[in-house]
Amino acid sequence: MITVEATLTPTTLAEALEMRAAHPGSVPIAGGTDLMVELNFDRRRPERLLDLTRVPELAELGRDDGAVHLGAGVTYTGIVERLGAAAPALAIASRTVGSPQIRNRGTVGGNLGTASPAGDALPPLVASGASVEVASARGRRTVAAADFCVGPKRNVLDADELIVAVDVPAARGPQQFAKVGVRNAMVIAVCSFALAVDARSRRVTTAIGSAAPTVVSAPEAEAFLAGALDERDGWDRPARLGEAELARFGDLVAAAARPIDDVRGTVAYRRHALAVLARRALDWAWTDYARSWA
Amino acid sequence: MRIALNVNGEPREVVAAWEGESLLFVLRERLGLPGSKNACEQGECGSCTVYLDGVPVCACLVLAAQADGREVLTVEGIAAGDELHPVQRAFVECGAVQCGFCTPGLVVAAHALLEANPDPGDGEIREALAGNVCRCTGYEKILEAVRVASAEMSR
Ligand SMILES: Cc1cc2nc3c(=O)[nH]c(=O)nc-3n(C[C@H](O)[C@H](O)[C@H](O)COP(=O)(O)OP(=O)(O)OC[C@H]3O[C@@H](n4cnc5c(N)ncnc54)[C@H](O)[C@@H]3O)c2cc1C
Ligand code: FES
Ligand code: FES
Repeated sequence: MITVEATLTPTTLAEALEMRAAHPGSVPIAGGTDLMVELNFDRRRPERLLDLTRVPELAELGRDDGAVHLGAGVTYTGIVERLGAAAPALAIASRTVGSPQIRNRGTVGGNLGTASPAGDALPPLVASGASVEVASARGRRTVAAADFCVGPKRNVLDADELIVAVDVPAARGPQQFAKVGVRNAMVIAVCSFALAVDARSRRVTTAIGSAAPTVVSAPEAEAFLAGALDERDGWDRPARLGEAELARFGDLVAAAARPIDDVRGTVAYRRHALAVLARRALDWAWTDYARSWA
Repeated sequence: MRIALNVNGEPREVVAAWEGESLLFVLRERLGLPGSKNACEQGECGSCTVYLDGVPVCACLVLAAQADGREVLTVEGIAAGDELHPVQRAFVECGAVQCGFCTPGLVVAAHALLEANPDPGDGEIREALAGNVCRCTGYEKILEAVRVASAEMSR
């Protein structure tokens, strides 16, 4: 007779953190869209599961001080419905995740927990300078989204910690996200790209998904663009960017990636596709800035 | 582990054998509701689509314990007794069913679409059904069924 350890079902964050500390072998489950696949295929038999879907603190979505406070358990559907204006890149990326059924369950906390470089929420978080709030019974800490993942499927979480929320600076300019997959829906990114224009600090920031061991930004592309815009007073008198500038930007983004050959695509294809995505995303976002933000 | 949930309007109780058990397994194997199909167990095919507290989800990706105390509506609960729902009737009339394995999931997904958006355009139908895969009918007749159901329901 197999004895069944009941799933831990905390109803407050404090309780969840206590249970996590008391059961180091337990595995948190939120939307289950990554973890249930592992369980169904018997790739994993955790000692104990810790269900996070009844913890109200994790479902919070609020705004203060120019930042969006996005609970780790908010679903992609919730993000698409509510954050189109405050976090456009994240909302665009969320709309590309899986299918309606997956978006109704999948969460940003789970995307960070899985820590796949192909996680679609991650490039927007990195490009927009978001930070991840992490907690344990010992206390809280904040980690920059860019530093949260340390390798494919590896993040900085300690065994007794949970992801509580992500704080995303509210958009101060147009943002874009674009991804390439083998079809139009239900695809893991072959590569992806996010970009945020900050009209106040006058910076354009970038992030590349699925083309390096973690999500990375493209500092040289950012510096090139900053220089090109400075030179012609682009922030105050914005005009559409020229083909040569867009192409150079795309090439520098592609050069910042460290892709691998795998079943989804080759190194050469990923670099080519990234250059195209980056050029388009910049053209869209900058045209938008010239039209309505300057 | 004991789980109490409401399925198609009735309170039900089950004992799950191992804690990783999915809602789909509970529905099919413990509650005798085989309408929701198991074709992939990885969220890819949508044939297990059910409503969980009013939200369409893949039952194969919901942990049974997560459904404790919640309301589930399966394809078995879509018809009003013997009277087929307009979505179901449209699938029959349009020939949108061949082997029928994908049909329960598509019926629930199309039902959810039309509840939220009674008059969807083709782009909206495609986006709403992107998580439901059919291996035999081809999608034209399925799209047609949704259009017919939409017209019928807004009459
Ligand atoms: C059919 C299908 C299509 C998909 N398409 C996409 C796609 O297009 N893009 C994409 O990015 N992903 C996709 N995914 C993957 C998945 O949906 C996402 O990674 C999602 O964000 C996972 O969230 P979840 O809440 O379901 O995570 P879960 O499966 O519940 O958890 C995932 C991991 O994170 C941990 N975890 C969850 N929450 C916390 C927390 N608060 N604190 C600490 N650890 C936590 C869990 O222990 C687990 O290790 C797809 C999955 C499926 C099945
Ligand atoms: S069986 Fe659940 S999506 Fe395929
Ligand atoms: S009718 Fe056979 S899978 Fe759709």
